[in-house]
Formats: sequence, C-alpha cells, structure tokens
Amino acid sequence: MALDVDGQATVRVSEAAAERPPVRKALPGGQLWLLLPALAFLAIFFAYPLFDVVLRSFRDGQGGFTVQNYEAFFSRAIYIRVLLLTIEIAFLTTVFSLIVGYPLAYVLANSGPTVRSFMMLCVMLPFMTSILVRTYGWMVILRPNGVINTVFAGLGLGEIQLIYNRSGLMIGMVYTMLPYMVLTLYSVMRGIDGRFVAVAQSLGAGRWSAFWRIYFPLSMPGVAGGSLLVFILAAGFYITPRLMGGDRDQMLASIIAYQVDVLLNFNFASAIAVILLVITLACFGLYARVVGLKQLLSSKV
Amino acid sequence: MSHIKDVTGGTPIVLESLWKTYANFVAVSGIDLSVGAGRFCTVLGPSGSGKTTTLMMIAGFVAPTRGRILVSGRDIAALPPQKRNLGVVFQNYALFPHLTVFDNVAFPLIMRRVPQAEIAQRVERMLETVELAGLGGRYPRELSGGQQQRVALARALVFEPRVLLMDEPLGALDKKLRSSLQIELKALQRRLDVTVIYVTHDQEEALTMADQIVVMQGGRIEQNGTPEDLYDRPATAFVAGFMGDTNLVRGVVMAADKDGTLRIDHPTGRRIIARASGFQAGDHVAASLRPECLSIESPDGPEEPENAWDGRIAAVTYLGDAIRYHVAVGENRPTLAETLVVKAARRGTEHRRFSEGDAVRVRWSRSDARVLPPTRADARILPPMQAGGH
Repeated sequence: MALDVDGQATVRVSEAAAERPPVRKALPGGQLWLLLPALAFLAIFFAYPLFDVVLRSFRDGQGGFTVQNYEAFFSRAIYIRVLLLTIEIAFLTTVFSLIVGYPLAYVLANSGPTVRSFMMLCVMLPFMTSILVRTYGWMVILRPNGVINTVFAGLGLGEIQLIYNRSGLMIGMVYTMLPYMVLTLYSVMRGIDGRFVAVAQSLGAGRWSAFWRIYFPLSMPGVAGGSLLVFILAAGFYITPRLMGGDRDQMLASIIAYQVDVLLNFNFASAIAVILLVITLACFGLYARVVGLKQLLSSKV
Repeated sequence: MSHIKDVTGGTPIVLESLWKTYANFVAVSGIDLSVGAGRFCTVLGPSGSGKTTTLMMIAGFVAPTRGRILVSGRDIAALPPQKRNLGVVFQNYALFPHLTVFDNVAFPLIMRRVPQAEIAQRVERMLETVELAGLGGRYPRELSGGQQQRVALARALVFEPRVLLMDEPLGALDKKLRSSLQIELKALQRRLDVTVIYVTHDQEEALTMADQIVVMQGGRIEQNGTPEDLYDRPATAFVAGFMGDTNLVRGVVMAADKDGTLRIDHPTGRRIIARASGFQAGDHVAASLRPECLSIESPDGPEEPENAWDGRIAAVTYLGDAIRYHVAVGENRPTLAETLVVKAARRGTEHRRFSEGDAVRVRWSRSDARVLPPTRADARILPPMQAGGH
C-alpha cells in the first residue's frame, strides 16, 4: 500500500501549508545564488520556449515576419467558434467546480482533525493517479454499456448518453478540476478566524446571515483564486475533452495538437497558443484589478 | 425583533448551579453567581479556572451541561447566541476585517432591521461616545490597538444590550493604554448603566474596575465579594495569593486556644502566633503575610521574639517609593521558595537600607497574619511559601 503512505504524506504537507504562513524574513542578499539552479531551469525550459512560441506565431513559412497566422485564426468562423467554446467550457467548469467545491471545502475547513484527514485524502487521491487512468475509469463508468447504464437498464430505465458529448466532458472536467478548487478554498477558509462568525451571532445574526455577511465575503479571495486557477487550467485542457467530449466539444488545445501532430503547422499552432496565453493573462489582470495579486500569492484573509 | 429593543439599562444576571463537563474533564462545576443590575462584575482566575467557559456559556457559544442562566429572571440557557441580546467583546476584538468601522458598528443594527436613517444616527452617536467620531470610514487594520478595542466596544453596545460580556478585552494592549482604558470603560459602564461581566486574569484590573469580584479556581468559585472583601478578607490562601502580592506560609496548627489564638508550626521549625476562629489542632493552613505589613530590622539578641523570624537578605529591589527585600528564612539553602518578601516604605533618606547578605529579623504583629484554609473546594497542596502571588 505504497499509495496510502504517499497519500498521507501529501495530506500532511498540504495541511501544513494551509496553516497561517510563518513570518517571512527577507532572504539576505548573499543567499540569492541559491535560486540560480531554479532560475536556470526556468530560463531554458520555460522562458526560452515561450519566447520562441511567441516569435514563431509571427513567422511565415519562409521565416519572415507576418501576422497572417492571427488573420487566419480570426477570419475563419470555425476557429472563433472553438475559441468561444473553450471560454464557455472553461467558465462552466469553473462554475460547477465552485458549486461542488465550496460546500466541500467548508466542511473540510470546519470539521475535526479525523474527518478532515480522511476527507483530505479523498480529495487528494485523484492527484496520485495518472490522469489517463482516471479518464479511462470514467469512460468505463459512463459509456453506453458501462456501470451506470447497466444499472439503469436493470431498473427498466432507458439508456442515457453520458459520454462523448457535453455532459461527459463536464463530468470529466469538473472531476479533474475539483481538487484545485477545493484546496485553494480550503487554505483561505482555514485562515478565517472562527470567532468572526461567533461574534456575528452574538450581535444578532442568524446562522445564514452570519455566513452570507461575514464568512462568505471573507472567503472571497479563495473563491476568486480557485476560480482563476480552474478557469486557466480548464481553458488549456487537452486529454479529458479529447477522450470524454464529443466531436463538437473540441477545445483550442485539440486544435493546437492537430496543427502540430497532423499538419505540422508549427507557426499557426504557436499563434493559437499565444491567443490562449493572452486569455489567461487577461484573467490574471482582471483578478489583480478586483482582488489584488497579493491575496492570490499569500492566500490569507 | 421588537421584543429585545424595549429594555434599556442594566439587568440582573443569575447563574444557578451551572455545570460544563467534557468527556473526562470538568470545566465548570456547579457554580452559583448573582450579579445585580448595572453592576460591574469581574471574574478573575488563572488560565484553566473555567472563567472563560463560564462567560462563553452566558454568551451562548458553549452549551451548559446542566444549570440555569437567568437574565431578568428569564432562563436563556437554551437560546442560541443571536437571541440572547448580550454584547460580547472578545480578547482579539474580532472586528470584521472586510467592513469599515461604521459597518462594523452598524452590523448589529442591520441584523435587527433598524431603519437606515436611524442606523446612521445611532452609529455616529456611539462612535462619538467611544471617541472615534470621524473614523467611521476606516478599516479595522488602519486603526491602533486601542482604537480597535473601542470599535469592538461600540459594536457590542450600539444595540443597547442588557448585559455586556468581556473576555480579557484589554489583554493585548500595553500597560499605560490599558490603565487609561480601564478608567474610561468603567465610566462608560456607569453612564450607560449596563451590567458587565468581565473576565480577566489581571487582579489589578479587577481591583480598578469591579464592584464585585469573583475568583475562580479549578471550575469553582473560590470567593465572591467586593474588591475590599477579597483583598482584606480573602477566604482562602488561593485568593490571598491571587489578589496582590503576599507571602503564603504553610504550616500545621499545633494548638488552638479558646480565645482564638493559634500556634502554627512551619516545616522549618519556626512558629507563627495568630488569631483566627474555626481552626483546630492538626489543620493544614496557610498564613498570609502581606509584604507591606512586615517590618525588617537588625537582629537584636539571640532569642527570636514572637512572630519574628531571622534570616539573610537574598535580594534587594529598589521600587522608587519603597524597597523590596527578599529575606531567606529557610534553615537550608536560601531558595526563593523559602523566602519572605518584605516591602519597606522609604522614610526620607535616613531609612536604613540593608544589602544582600545582611542578617536581618522580619517581624509582624499577630493581627497581620491572616490564617486561611488552602483552597475552598479541596485541600489543594500549595507550595510551602509563595512569594508574590503569581
């Protein structure tokens, strides 16, 4: 049961991270060289490729400067449709993750240590399994002759199409994104002093008022942070839409893959990647305007 | 919610055999307490004495295991906190960080569906009362500790509660600010005529503000009385040790005369003669000797007279208006546990100052030694002597 041991270790680490952050001391300048390996790694494997992608997106077949890749993207209805679909699916995934994740994170943050450890393990477990395995697992459950439809047939109910369409896609996406949402919310909720709700009650607020007027606003950095994270991850997702979505549910990432794998059109693929990046940065910008980036980085109230 | 608005001024609060037990721990064991309308009652005790649990039961955050909580004669023990109409101020203030000062103070009024115009008026008036006029637009994090404390107070008082419960509200402030706020708080309580139950572990704070002091220990009430009662007539050695500095000298009653004269032997073989009724030979007692009631002199002659113990100065502390001597009276090594603390007022410049290592004699009169049972509830073992209370 190596998995269990691993699981618990991970739970502990993430719980420790959720406690109030320790007082941070500025690193003495003399120790900055310790960052060099990480900086070098990022420079070679992140910054340079990213820069290269941006450059390629402005290149034509002969290597000259052009904006034709972007023109091609925005002049064809099919690409616009996929762009809007990507945003729509990412948005819906965010909304459903929040609806499912908020109560879950609330219980997680406000329950005793035993229940919390167990629940945290359940939330973290999917992280420890390959995403391919998990997705195939869902396919076994949801497919026309899968577990759910077999039970439905046994009960005399008709077969329902749960996979290779929008519902299959949403089930897979929300399932995959839920831990990100829950953990972000959890870390913020753990930082909310329980006395705020107690005080609100002593001042005359019922449970519901105390929640909506005090607890919920204080958990907003978590809502915003979790939503941002899920939206950005969902917008660039590839495997789950590919395997569980229908043909009409393919997102930008699938188009990029198609351009690279099949058409070998690297420059056009780069342009789409840059468009995806711009959407992501726009979300960050919006978040920074509304909540403030400091909140995202420190995730405390 | 009109049923809670018609009462103004303080109201009596009565606790009847209130218990709180956990699986293997008794936090509060059947306390009875009565606080009169408009009185300032301080609950004093060390941590773990059950004082905060008691307060939280009154506030409604902890459900009593048994017992009644009567406010104006009505049992509120089963009501949820929001129906109790009690103002609560926590130690860390718990101001809502996402709301301005104005909105914090307006919160209880909004919850009571007070009309908008009236809310503005009452909040402004309350902010003036606590001397925060003009700061309504600020956020709690932009205020100093003392100002945050005033906001918490304003928020707890703006809906004119019948009782104000405070849990070490000045604990986080520095000494100077604390003492000025104590006086303000007391004046405000008088003016608004609200019944206050104030939990603290600071006996000086209790003496400054309270009409009534309740000393708790081990989940029970050790003594309940006026500040003068507790300081001058402590019921137990625990109370004496908690209320101000005192020397607690433990011993066993060897003889008790009919006229109340007691002979108490200390483990070092020394003896205390005192007057007290209700004790008999064999009782374990503690004699409380206030440092300011002891006198210190050079030992004259080889014989120790009655209530005079010879010793050596172990430490001298200059207090400005007085000098504190720690006199080691133990036969063995002069550890602090066998030390009498003497506080000698300075009488001009001619007052003889002893220095460390000097042989001295500490004296007191029979009436200055107060003989006490160790604690009320059970014979808790106290260390042989305790200098300086805490």
